[in-house]
Amino acid sequence: MDITHPELYGYLAGFKTPEELVDAANRAHEAGFRRMEAHSPMPVEGLAEAIGFRKNRIPAIVFLGGLLGGLGGFGMQYFSAVIDYPLNVGGKPLNSWPAFIPVTFECTVLAAALSAVVGMILLNGLPLPYHPVFNAPEFARASSDRFFLFIRWDDEAFDEVETRTFLEGLNPETLSEVRP
Amino acid sequence: MANEKNERESGGTQVAPIIGPGHDFTSVTDKISDVVLTKGFKKQWLIGFAASFGLLQLFLVSVVWLLANGTGIWGLNVPVMWGFAIINFVWWIGIGHAGTLISAILLLLRQDWRTSINRFAEAMTLFAVACAGMYPILHLGRPWVFYWLMPYPNTMALWPQFRSPLVFDVFAVSTYATVSLLFWYIGLIPDLGTLRDKAKHRVAKVLYGIGAMGWRGSARHWSRYQTAYLLLAGLATPLVVSVHTIVSYDFAVGIVPGWHTTIFPPYFVAGAVFAGFAMVLTLAIPMRAVYGMQDFITDRHLDNMAKVMLTTGLIVAYGYLMEDFIAWYGENEYEHFMILRNRPFGPYRVYYWGLIACNIVIPQLLWVRFCRKNVIVLWLISMAINVGMWLERFIIVVTSLSSDFVPAAWEHYTPTVWDWSLYLGTIGVFLSLMFLFVRVLPAISITEMKELVHEVQHREGHGQGRGNEHGNGDSSHA
Repeated sequence: MDITHPELYGYLAGFKTPEELVDAANRAHEAGFRRMEAHSPMPVEGLAEAIGFRKNRIPAIVFLGGLLGGLGGFGMQYFSAVIDYPLNVGGKPLNSWPAFIPVTFECTVLAAALSAVVGMILLNGLPLPYHPVFNAPEFARASSDRFFLFIRWDDEAFDEVETRTFLEGLNPETLSEVRP
Repeated sequence: MANEKNERESGGTQVAPIIGPGHDFTSVTDKISDVVLTKGFKKQWLIGFAASFGLLQLFLVSVVWLLANGTGIWGLNVPVMWGFAIINFVWWIGIGHAGTLISAILLLLRQDWRTSINRFAEAMTLFAVACAGMYPILHLGRPWVFYWLMPYPNTMALWPQFRSPLVFDVFAVSTYATVSLLFWYIGLIPDLGTLRDKAKHRVAKVLYGIGAMGWRGSARHWSRYQTAYLLLAGLATPLVVSVHTIVSYDFAVGIVPGWHTTIFPPYFVAGAVFAGFAMVLTLAIPMRAVYGMQDFITDRHLDNMAKVMLTTGLIVAYGYLMEDFIAWYGENEYEHFMILRNRPFGPYRVYYWGLIACNIVIPQLLWVRFCRKNVIVLWLISMAINVGMWLERFIIVVTSLSSDFVPAAWEHYTPTVWDWSLYLGTIGVFLSLMFLFVRVLPAISITEMKELVHEVQHREGHGQGRGNEHGNGDSSHA
């Protein structure tokens, strides 16, 4: 098989309910499959764990974003009021930090929110206009009412015949080959 | 959820459902996406959009006339230099707050009835904030240099005054607008994927496809998505409180009788939620009737919103009462005059008593179950509150400015036709955007409705041992 242009990208098994999909994903993980993906029209509890997804870096990214935003916001005001443009107002301290809190807070929230969204989009590898899985005709229902397990050709345990047999054993509603 | 269970167990009474009976994944998807993907327009939609679009033209005319002639076309005068621009700014910003409250705070509180109204309310927030943001910018007199408010390296070597609430406002409102947009868009991504997959028309497919960014609903994607969404909700919650608090600083920090009070931040936030829920009801009641969405925006939703309105209305009433009490107890002659004599008996007394009627007296009807159940009565009450909250801002801005410390400097404020035309114009902008929104994007979150259906099925399955039978999405526990 050509490594860069596989003729068969993988197998896509469709299920009717989220419970069947979680069950199938667990069994595929037990069978040694690692490069697989589960597609559902809504978040399904336990599905990400079932396909072996552990590292969710979003919280760390948001925390860092917020921290930088807050420090940056306060730093900007400090620089403006104390270093770059000191202005004595009624003998009050130049670093009048209580007055800087609202802007610092807004900058924290803004940076944290932007990092949550941008982090989520980039870690998910979006925007991605083309993906072979869209070629399977029944995949159109993955966004409305069907649940899919997808095993990729580059999985170490993948075998054109055996994997198909394994998936058939899970009693899917549909089973099809995905070609790029 | 938990509440519902408790109520059921303790009282044994049947709780109204949050989703109509007989829905499953397919029916929910079809029902919501059909509104967007069917050809042609409903007659009510066309009439409504045409009227709003007409008002939008009025907005354009008003803005052009303003840019050509300056703020002198408004009724502003020397003591009353804020007038309609600030009244309407605060009014619109307040309306926006219910959207964030519904989508973020109720999400964190696990109130699953929010699901079918949050998308709609978020859109309302976004458009209301857009309308709000236009006022201070147009009020600048030279709106084309509004970016001077932002700290950026400039040839004038100037910084904004970070100690001023007016600069806090710039940061608060722009952050609020950005975060609301992000929250709304993030929520839309999976639904845009659904529309992309269901659309028949090539152009619609491509446009929704661009919006969906190639979303495939993969479990890894969902995992990150849910975390990001929850964190955004957590960030939006203190944000929404901060925004109206900062808006109230615009007043409270000024040493002007009637403004300089510490009750302002909490009662502004409560007032914002009060006004916002009134606007959600004003829009949701006609929309659900026109599109037959009674299964998703049920009577229970209207009832809950009415209760939130009643509660926040009482907080607002407490705010007015405290203002009066402190004016009497504090013995500051200016404040005493402003709050206890000028507002109720002065030249703007009609506005004042109108505000008391609309914000305090009429909402008390919501104690009566009939008024919360009857959609027409409820709609009329919500309209009264929209008007009342506008009058409240009018009273706060105008009375305090028009008669301050020295009677020789007092001046009466009369809005001109251009004040009114710009106000009506922004209502046109808001409604036009709302009409376009319900026509081209799913007004109810398809994804979250499916989660709700699943949850309801699951709950039923446990309660009655029915297993995972589909097509029984009835949460009425019948």
